[in-house]
Amino acid sequence: MAQALVFDAKPTRPPPLQETGIWQWVRQRLFGSITNTIVTLLCFYILYLIIPPIVNWTILDATISGSNKAVCQANPHGACWTFIKVRLAQIMFGVYFGSHPDELWRPILAFAVIGCLLGWLLWPGAPRKPQVGLFTLIGFPICAYALIQGQWLGLPAAPTYEWGGFLLTFTLASVGIVAALPIGILLALGRRSSLPIVRGLSVIYIEFWRGAPLITILFMASVMMPLFFPSEIDFNKVLRAMIGIALFEAAYTAEAIRGGLQAVPRGQYEAADALGLSYWKKTILIVLPQALKISIPGIVNTFIALFKDTSLVAIIGLLDLLNMAQSASRSIEWKGYDFEAYLFAALIYWVCTYSMSRYSQHIERQLDTTNRS
Amino acid sequence: MRPKARIPFYRNPTIRGIFAQIVLLVIVLWGLITIFNNTVTNLRERGIQTGFEFLDQVAPFAVGFSPFIDYKLGESPYWLVFLIGIQNTIIVSVLGVIAATLLGFVIGVMRLSSNFLVSRFAALYIETFRNIPVLLQIMFWNFAVFLPLFPLPPDSIDIGTGIYLNNRGLYLPRPILGSGPGLWALVVAIILGIAAVILLARWARRRQYETGQRPPGTLYGLLIAAGLIGLVFLIFPATLTFELPELRRFNVTGGMPVPLPLFSLWFALSTYTTAFIAENVRGGIQSVSKGQTEAAQSLGLRRSTMLRLVIIPQALRVIIPPTINQYLNLTKNSSLAVAVAYEELVNLWAGIALNQTGQALVIIAMTIGVYEILSLSTSAILNWYNRRVQLVER
Repeated sequence: MAQALVFDAKPTRPPPLQETGIWQWVRQRLFGSITNTIVTLLCFYILYLIIPPIVNWTILDATISGSNKAVCQANPHGACWTFIKVRLAQIMFGVYFGSHPDELWRPILAFAVIGCLLGWLLWPGAPRKPQVGLFTLIGFPICAYALIQGQWLGLPAAPTYEWGGFLLTFTLASVGIVAALPIGILLALGRRSSLPIVRGLSVIYIEFWRGAPLITILFMASVMMPLFFPSEIDFNKVLRAMIGIALFEAAYTAEAIRGGLQAVPRGQYEAADALGLSYWKKTILIVLPQALKISIPGIVNTFIALFKDTSLVAIIGLLDLLNMAQSASRSIEWKGYDFEAYLFAALIYWVCTYSMSRYSQHIERQLDTTNRS
Repeated sequence: MRPKARIPFYRNPTIRGIFAQIVLLVIVLWGLITIFNNTVTNLRERGIQTGFEFLDQVAPFAVGFSPFIDYKLGESPYWLVFLIGIQNTIIVSVLGVIAATLLGFVIGVMRLSSNFLVSRFAALYIETFRNIPVLLQIMFWNFAVFLPLFPLPPDSIDIGTGIYLNNRGLYLPRPILGSGPGLWALVVAIILGIAAVILLARWARRRQYETGQRPPGTLYGLLIAAGLIGLVFLIFPATLTFELPELRRFNVTGGMPVPLPLFSLWFALSTYTTAFIAENVRGGIQSVSKGQTEAAQSLGLRRSTMLRLVIIPQALRVIIPPTINQYLNLTKNSSLAVAVAYEELVNLWAGIALNQTGQALVIIAMTIGVYEILSLSTSAILNWYNRRVQLVER
């Protein structure tokens, strides 16, 4: 006998587990499985071991009051930030401003102005960017030099060889960036050129500078450059380092831009040719605007490398941020506080490079969405 | 009738191109010749004789660290100093590459961990080490950490089995290879061991094709090799002996010393390069599309097999080229040894030897030449690898 098919209501299933919310997040990301739980507990244990001593050393037990070594010697279990406080002007701006506290407003004012200018330029949708950019590039360096050097404005002269610390690092890096970019663009165009000699020379230049470590280039700049020019021409040490860094970074910038040039679709070149544009018009109006936009993350990455590389001038004896921090910690008054000195210098480098790399990632994301839409 | 329109010769792109190139070439050559003439004049004015003759002269300074090349003060010529510089560069680079690769893979995989704390920890490591100049890190570890933290030689830390650590460096047992029949037996054992590994791996693969079961052939091979080598040491105990370092009253003597500058430099370069390699590893693994994992799972592969046969081969194609570039960067960064006085190429040759001889031109050219050869051969290898991998792809 055929059994009638009767609808048979089954008990309802329980609702699915909630997959959002903080508890769910904790369950999934920290205690997802047994191994995961063990690893998480181990991590918490390591944090428990590490964090309290670090907090104690840097903050709770640290010394920042007073103005001489005795305060720190009385408290050997904590960091000696007094040393950094006393030597801050010297580490940031060099020997001259370290010993002339009345003139400190000059570099501080210059840094405040460049900070505002850069903020303006990076702010999306700020007005009059071209004019501000031009001023930042040409007007500001002259004003800043006049202000910090001081002689033209009737202020006490701060000779350039007594500039140092972060001021020197920043100057080296910005001169390097500004000089390396146009050379890099020309080299990248040269490497993509159809003219064999232009291409060959560009390749030789790029591969030569990319092959050697920067320190040998700086040795070359400080030992051999005086031999290359007539003895009447005398470059000072800072200028020689600047030339070395700029020529070196130009090769890396060129490679970053070459990537952008290769990413411009072939149709763009052909369309420009079909319009009858000359090589330079095609390059400046059609190709470079697109190529540079694509290669911004790469260019920023080479600038980050350049910023870190400026620390190498310490080896040829320039008093940049690293060397200034080191020599401050080796002075007789403050001997033995290397740890604090290096940590402070590292913090400044880190803040600068990390913000640059975040900016590059931000740009990359922005470009990514425009490509997808 | 209209006259035939002709392009004037100064509008012809070919002629313009040739003209522009000639102008460029003349400018570059003129620049080079001017620099050359200036250099010759300047050298004559300063009375410096440039040439390679000084390479055969005896070097008047001591070289502290040279584990493989014998250097005798007052007998060895300059060219030996050059070779020692290259040797020491290679030593620190090879050690750094090994450490950075291992640690880089660990941190890179940790960065992708599903555990939040682990991946945050890896990110913290990467962002900290990547964004601080490597020179600062080298000096920090050497002058602010190891030098004050490690004890003075009389209070050396005994790590056990004859390893000592103090603020002059790390002292390891020095392996000494014996001679005679034991050495020959060792060589034969190593060759037989390698042959066993290869043959058994082949046998395992054949069995897999025939039966579908894969016996652990490589493991058997390794066991046989280890057994053979162990047997040689049992029969001829003098084949490999160790000279242990000895803790004296003021110093540790004997053994194989690793000077503190080498240790600091190795430590700083490895931890710095690790951050970059970890990023390469992360990018490589992320570049393998999710479909590959899903396809492997639907074929019923185990997780370990899936990683070994599907994910890792595809990720390596993306990971290897930038990682080789990082190896090159590590080698170039080893030139920062100047800061901690480890005697590698730049410090020993472009520093000490240059100051002694004043032969700036030759010495700097030789130094840069070594790095150029290294970097050109690296990019040749990379191009070869990229071509090979691309062929595999399509």
